[in-house]
Amino acid sequence: MTHATLEASMAADRVRMKDGPPAGSREARALDVTWDDPPGLLGWFCAINHKTIAKRFIVTTLGFFAAGGLIAAVMRMQLSRPENTLVGPDMYNQLFTMHGTTMMFLFAVPVMQAVAIYLVPLMVGSRTVAFPRMNAFAYWIFLFGGLMLYAAFFVNSGPDAGWFAYVPLAGPDYSPGKRVDFWAQMITFTELSGLIEAIVIIATVFKMRAPGMTLNRMPLLVWSNLVTSFMVLFAMPAVMLASTALILDRLVGTHFYNPAEGGDPLLWQHLFWFFGHPEVYLIFIPGLGFLSSVIPTFSRRPIYGYTAMVLSLVATGFLAFGLWVHHMFATNLPELGKAFFTAMSMLIAIPSALQIFCWIATMWTGRLNLKTPMLFVLAFFFILVLGGLTGLMLGAVPLDLQVHDTYFVVAHLHYVLIGGAVFPLFGAFYYWYPKIKGRMMGEALGKASFWLMFIGFNAAFFPMHWLGLHGMPRRVYTYQAGMGWDGMNLLSTLGAFTFAAGVFLSLVNAVASARRGAVAGADPWGAGTLEWSIASPPPPCNFHAIPTVHGRDPLWQPAPGGAPARVSGLAVNVREVLVTSVIDALPDHRMTSPNPSPWPFLTALATTVLFIGSIFTPWAVVWAAIPATIATILWFWPKHKDNSEDLALEKAP
Amino acid sequence: MTRMLERALYIAALALAVLCVTSLAQYAMAATPIPQAPHDALHAMGPQAGHIVDLWRVMLWTCSLVFGAILAALLFAILRAPRADATAAPDLSAVDRAEPRVRRSVASAAVASALLLFALALASVFTDRALARLSLAGAVNIEVTAHQWWWSARYLDGGHADTFVTANEIHIPVGRPVNLQLKADDVIHSLWVPSLAGKKDLIPGRSASMQFRADTPGPYRGQCAEFCGFQHALMGLLVVADPPAQYEAWVQAQRTPPAPPTGAKAIRGQQLFQSTSCAMCHAIGGTIASAQHAPDLTHLASRSTLAAGTLANTPAQLAAWIADPQKHKPGVNMPSTPISRDDLDALVAYLETLK
Repeated sequence: MTHATLEASMAADRVRMKDGPPAGSREARALDVTWDDPPGLLGWFCAINHKTIAKRFIVTTLGFFAAGGLIAAVMRMQLSRPENTLVGPDMYNQLFTMHGTTMMFLFAVPVMQAVAIYLVPLMVGSRTVAFPRMNAFAYWIFLFGGLMLYAAFFVNSGPDAGWFAYVPLAGPDYSPGKRVDFWAQMITFTELSGLIEAIVIIATVFKMRAPGMTLNRMPLLVWSNLVTSFMVLFAMPAVMLASTALILDRLVGTHFYNPAEGGDPLLWQHLFWFFGHPEVYLIFIPGLGFLSSVIPTFSRRPIYGYTAMVLSLVATGFLAFGLWVHHMFATNLPELGKAFFTAMSMLIAIPSALQIFCWIATMWTGRLNLKTPMLFVLAFFFILVLGGLTGLMLGAVPLDLQVHDTYFVVAHLHYVLIGGAVFPLFGAFYYWYPKIKGRMMGEALGKASFWLMFIGFNAAFFPMHWLGLHGMPRRVYTYQAGMGWDGMNLLSTLGAFTFAAGVFLSLVNAVASARRGAVAGADPWGAGTLEWSIASPPPPCNFHAIPTVHGRDPLWQPAPGGAPARVSGLAVNVREVLVTSVIDALPDHRMTSPNPSPWPFLTALATTVLFIGSIFTPWAVVWAAIPATIATILWFWPKHKDNSEDLALEKAP
Repeated sequence: MTRMLERALYIAALALAVLCVTSLAQYAMAATPIPQAPHDALHAMGPQAGHIVDLWRVMLWTCSLVFGAILAALLFAILRAPRADATAAPDLSAVDRAEPRVRRSVASAAVASALLLFALALASVFTDRALARLSLAGAVNIEVTAHQWWWSARYLDGGHADTFVTANEIHIPVGRPVNLQLKADDVIHSLWVPSLAGKKDLIPGRSASMQFRADTPGPYRGQCAEFCGFQHALMGLLVVADPPAQYEAWVQAQRTPPAPPTGAKAIRGQQLFQSTSCAMCHAIGGTIASAQHAPDLTHLASRSTLAAGTLANTPAQLAAWIADPQKHKPGVNMPSTPISRDDLDALVAYLETLK
């Protein structure tokens, strides 16, 4: 087949795939009505459409990102000069605890899951996620957990033992009062949300892919979310266990962490970092997925080294669990153990390096389109690589013993997290915004925002390497004059404000573009994955007709020899989805997906009462369990009507 | 034309970035001149910190090299690739045709990374070994206990009668190894004297030790590095390395209780100290004050700082500290005591006799 005929048949295929039942046809209208969220205020609480939930989730996490950023700005102001008196130790300790907790638990991982909840069904060609009601429930408890933490903060009960909450400092003896109680319960609570979302994503990826999307044709973003979700399943229970033991120590008088009664403060650190280190990769791996989506589209070619990329993602997921101890080198562990964790810390760099080489190869052999999403993605190479290299330094035990718990580590972790997640995430927002809103974000404003963020970021965090090497410990609300740290701290503060200005500009861009941006059309970037085959914004049912997939970039690779481009036979008046096999995505059976329901919201409300009440009296667990149980029973109450309707309406459109 | 401009801009931006990083790296390599006591991981004053600085140099140069190489590859890729916009048809030739040259480049880069990482891991392990080889023959043994938010040090050498306690200031002899046994009284702290050695956590219920040697006389600043609550920021200490003879003299002085005060004012100060709340927390050798809840004040006047490295030890600062510790270290465990000007003067006069 010559190139010209290939292109022609591809273009024709794109049209075919977009068709489904013709737009405006009776079937298409019926599908839209069936899958839409119910109208009105009550409907708002009943909504379970994955795009609705995901949009709320994204907006909520960005709200927390803004709150965490404001807190960071106050901290940087306090540290801009020595012996500053803007905030005292009490407020500062709350501020840095809130900043870390917000960014790790209320922004970074949830925003990645929220984006996945929006994109994964669109990318795998499904009408919804698996377990849409559980998805809604996860959002509500996340929202309530986050609000609970901020409510405590605003009444001066913000936790102040650090986002890592080391015992015994966070234990009952050295943190009396309710501050750490709020923290511990909020952790258990929001991580529950994370676990549920992980299960939703895994089930969606494994069982709801469009026919033909075998595992080795799955977009890399879907792979990265699959790996992340599995990691969540293993990492989150560790911290939930740790925070539950902490709340029991604090409220019930157990002695998990009390050395005087046979407990051990190091138990906390092992459990916490067994979660805390993989957490970094939970944030970073979806970022890799964004890069693998943006780079091929803007290089006008499929990704180089797909198989190597997938294996790297999986390897990173595994290795991430083998290096938690490098947060604990100063705790006097056995020598051989430390050597093992040094080796693991170095080893995990190899899969990341391989991915970086593959992306560079993709650009090298492609034709580049350097729009804003691509700029944000290119920043990754500068920032993440630098952060990764300082990570190697921290993996070396002797060097870690010098720079551990200093500003060097603060610099390193911000380079990794902001370079590995926030810059790719902003690239992703610019990239998928047209799909969500139907309009393009402003290009000039986008570029201005990018440069402010890039320059501001480096000015804010690069000097911290220097500060750490020159002796500035982290988590200090002040430092003495004459230590020689003044200039670098001032530079860092100025950089932080520049960075914040860049973020603000992107926010302005997003708000302004929602009404005034150029109309995007289905596929403004000429990309190859399934989400671009449907209208922007997508209709409530995502796909009027379920597509079939014949290659890794379905929109670029046509169906050979006139094979069918779409699946027909799903009901239009009932929420029916196609379930496919795990490996080969062969059609398996049709399944009815749940209808909108207020019970996920009400169950979440009851669960919240249980968790908040438990801080004040253990009896809250008993009393709030009753409404929670009733709400759950009503949630799962079988509705025979649905099934009969399903049978009656079974027909091929 | 615009294409050339664009290329020039990218080269300039990336060259500038590399220049910034390398010059800042140079800056980071250089130890800053520090007015008081060195407090700087790159300002090594003993073999332990020295080995770590050597490892830092190896790491810094290797990593800078890798960073430069990756950025250069990226830059070449950006400059080399032709431009295309979203309407350009994607190039699908790679779908059914292998790219052997690209494959070779990627594979060799990956192998090179693996080898480099192996080398860095080896460098780390060898440095670890070198650190463990510090000979402890003739070491000075000191038990350091961390409290919220100060340090006490008990000198263990000699018989039971020879042990003595000091707070927030540790003297050590130049050229002799020091073996610190580390304990925590309340929460986790971390002892860090960057110019002498890396840090080590002090964990309640667990024992740990730390060894180092200072090769040059002088004071070295240290600091708690693990977040330990309210006043973590102001939990400093001084390690003073004395020439051997001077050290022995200091030890003898510490073992001897200070002479009882002479002069009416100082005597009144001592009475005040013993009859008010001071004696409920502090100890002074040779007197009835023997509580251990707060820094031992036996030879307070011979120390150079107050309040765990926060204030210089001058009579004026001492008076200000006693009058209102909460002003200097909000939340510190020493309460503000209302005390008349006369009483304060007497108290300071007494404390100044504790040489």
